[in-house]
Amino acid sequence: MKFIELKNVNKTYSTGVCALADLSVEIEKGEFVFVIGHTASGKSTFIKMLYREEKPTKGSVIVGGINVAKLRNGRVYKLRRKIGVVFQDFKLLPKLTVYENVAFALECLGVSSKEIRPKVMKAIEIVGLKEKVRSFPNQLSGGEQQRVCIARAIVNEPKLLICDEPTGNLDPDTSKEIMKVIDNINKDLKTTVIMATHDKEIVNRMKKRVLLIEHGVLTGDYLKGSYKSHESV
Amino acid sequence: MKVFRIIGRSFRDAFKSVFRNFSLSMASILCATITLLVVSVSLVIAGNVEDVTKNLEKELTIVVYLEKTATKDDVDFLKSSIEAMNEVEKITYKSKEEWKNEMSEYDSSYSSLFDNYNENPLLDSFVVYVKKVDSLDSVTNEIKKMDKIESASYGKDAVTTIVSVFDFVEKATLIIVIALIFVTAFLITNTIKLTIYSRRNEIEIMRLVGSSNTAIKMPFVIEGFVIGFLGSIIPIILTIYGYIIAYERLNGHVYVELIKLASPYNFVFYISFIIMALGSLIGMFGSLLAVRKYLKI
Repeated sequence: MKFIELKNVNKTYSTGVCALADLSVEIEKGEFVFVIGHTASGKSTFIKMLYREEKPTKGSVIVGGINVAKLRNGRVYKLRRKIGVVFQDFKLLPKLTVYENVAFALECLGVSSKEIRPKVMKAIEIVGLKEKVRSFPNQLSGGEQQRVCIARAIVNEPKLLICDEPTGNLDPDTSKEIMKVIDNINKDLKTTVIMATHDKEIVNRMKKRVLLIEHGVLTGDYLKGSYKSHESV
Repeated sequence: MKVFRIIGRSFRDAFKSVFRNFSLSMASILCATITLLVVSVSLVIAGNVEDVTKNLEKELTIVVYLEKTATKDDVDFLKSSIEAMNEVEKITYKSKEEWKNEMSEYDSSYSSLFDNYNENPLLDSFVVYVKKVDSLDSVTNEIKKMDKIESASYGKDAVTTIVSVFDFVEKATLIIVIALIFVTAFLITNTIKLTIYSRRNEIEIMRLVGSSNTAIKMPFVIEGFVIGFLGSIIPIILTIYGYIIAYERLNGHVYVELIKLASPYNFVFYISFIIMALGSLIGMFGSLLAVRKYLKI
């Protein structure tokens, strides 16, 4: 069985808007996949479905052997523990330091403080923020805040890292650095990465698998693809 | 072990966040303090009304006069048959001789009046206490049917009025107290909702990193408990000291001796317990309701 398997997925919101129509896709363990498309094309719905922020109206979504479509609300946490999520707006807690923000993810799971420290320090080291452990989010640049967000997402060593436009708020140079961090995580930790993005430059440069979603329909699945292969987007 | 760590962490976080979000916590605590104070005052009034009503109801009795021809055996028989009635609490007997002595002692003019008679003109009597005021009428009618009874009465009209007034006052205070408790619950819950609304990001992140719903709810529920508990401290102190001081200043009664205030010691502690329980429970459930909103998909 594939690591991620979506079969004939449909999603219609209560407002009547059809966000995804008959979408089927398979993703292997350890893959790095870009999801691209216009605003309101359905790529965010696709991403949100993977960590069960949205439920499909029809079809099945299987992530790491868990059928997300049938997952009860009270059981969602079991899925989330296998997944790290990185957002465009970072979602850091402003009153906690870098260390505390990353440790928060493990504390919530009831990990003992003995185990927390080495894991948090390792994650912070991977994203290259060792010198800033005691800083608060408002003392960091945008890129640094995104690194904290990534460290928090990988501290529990998830099998899947989902990134929802992680470079959307960052300048090109910082975006490059962030992409390097994410690429290293994919290569070194063998973490599967799925990333929704608008950033042409990144997609073109990285030459990874690209899923193109248009009006809720999967219109392209390119191995080592790029924006060049579908300039219309 | 994990469960204990999560519980421990919940307690630590709950206390931390009360202080970390001090201004919002303070708003919730103050809201709880003010509303619980109003509930406390209404509970004191309701408790006293109930107490006064019960005491006054105890004073309502049936006076039974026996016929002149009643013998000692008749008295004993009637006493035991009235005592045997289910609704009767107790019965006291006063012979005509006792009446005569009592009246003569009260006013000497009575004794000269009694001298004009060859025999005692008064009647033997019973005073009957009933367990419940509503049975006054039926007990009186039962007694009237017995032999050797001259009369039995309990001041029907006055008593009916008093009982219905008491009944109304008791019910009205109860309704006010219940309504106030609802208002309190509503206000406290809403201020706690505000506190939690400001921390919805925290809840969102907890969900994203894989906290179970119970683990997310726990610190908030404990925080609600702490807020409710802290909010009940001032009302409790004011109730205890305020009531004891008022009781002593008023010498234990309001206006007339008949309207006695409830004895403070058990009463204030009883009310304090209710206030503390109300504050803490409303805080807990208020938080629970507010957090649940952010846990649904």
